[in-house]
Amino acid sequence: MSELIDFLIVSLVLVAIGIYGLVVKRNAIRMLFSIEIIANAANLVLVAFSRGLPNAQGQTFALFSIAIAAAEVAVGLGLIIVAYRLYKEIDVAEFRSMRG
Amino acid sequence: MADPVFIAVAVLTVGTAIIALEARELVYGAVALAISMLGIAGFFLLLDAPFVAMFQIAVYVGAVAVLVIFTVMLVRTQALFTTKEDRKRKGAGIALMLIIMASLGTLLLASGLNGQVGNFGGPSLVNFNQIGELMLTYYAPALIILGLTLAGAVIAALSLARREDLEQTT
Repeated sequence: MSELIDFLIVSLVLVAIGIYGLVVKRNAIRMLFSIEIIANAANLVLVAFSRGLPNAQGQTFALFSIAIAAAEVAVGLGLIIVAYRLYKEIDVAEFRSMRG
Repeated sequence: MADPVFIAVAVLTVGTAIIALEARELVYGAVALAISMLGIAGFFLLLDAPFVAMFQIAVYVGAVAVLVIFTVMLVRTQALFTTKEDRKRKGAGIALMLIIMASLGTLLLASGLNGQVGNFGGPSLVNFNQIGELMLTYYAPALIILGLTLAGAVIAALSLARREDLEQTT
């Protein structure tokens, strides 16, 4: 049986990968992937602590979190499609008209 | 020592997460992301949370992955290949990733979470009856607001993707 720390370390690695993607990638869809990876790592920690405490609230919160992430993806992809229609490009560095 | 199933799922999840970000073609990246989410669902099963695992598979692998793949296909393929990231930026990103991993990792290993924590390893004391009860009693307002948020998000996404120029001609 694996310990709580194993799940925490996997989650930490996933968060680090997600932050790397957010920093390096300029493709809007890839940045959305990074956000998804970070959100899933957070869910993993919630469920792991829910198993260890034990408390059902962690799993309930993870369910809410998954549903919110789905809504976020729908809006994010809608925004990407609008941006693509306006700029013919999904490189975030090319979205210039929003620059201050 | 962690069991082999855990190690296999961990390698699958982390590996496909890296592939999702580094795959040359975005479609492969989207598929890799779906597999990574499936790996997270595997972790939920290992944590004796089958209900959350099923929810994860239904929402992420079923809905989000399909949505992403459709968007990738809608966006012109040429735009997907414009990877203008320079070496320096990538090196800095990898350095940042390693710094985060090392610092937070040492913090985790030095904390009291290392070792036997609570009921971990014992029989699971959380079942989905408790989750259902919590959702419909204590978290009932949150559940309603969540439903409204989802409906709002769907309507927002529809109105964002709407093409007014096409509608006026018909």
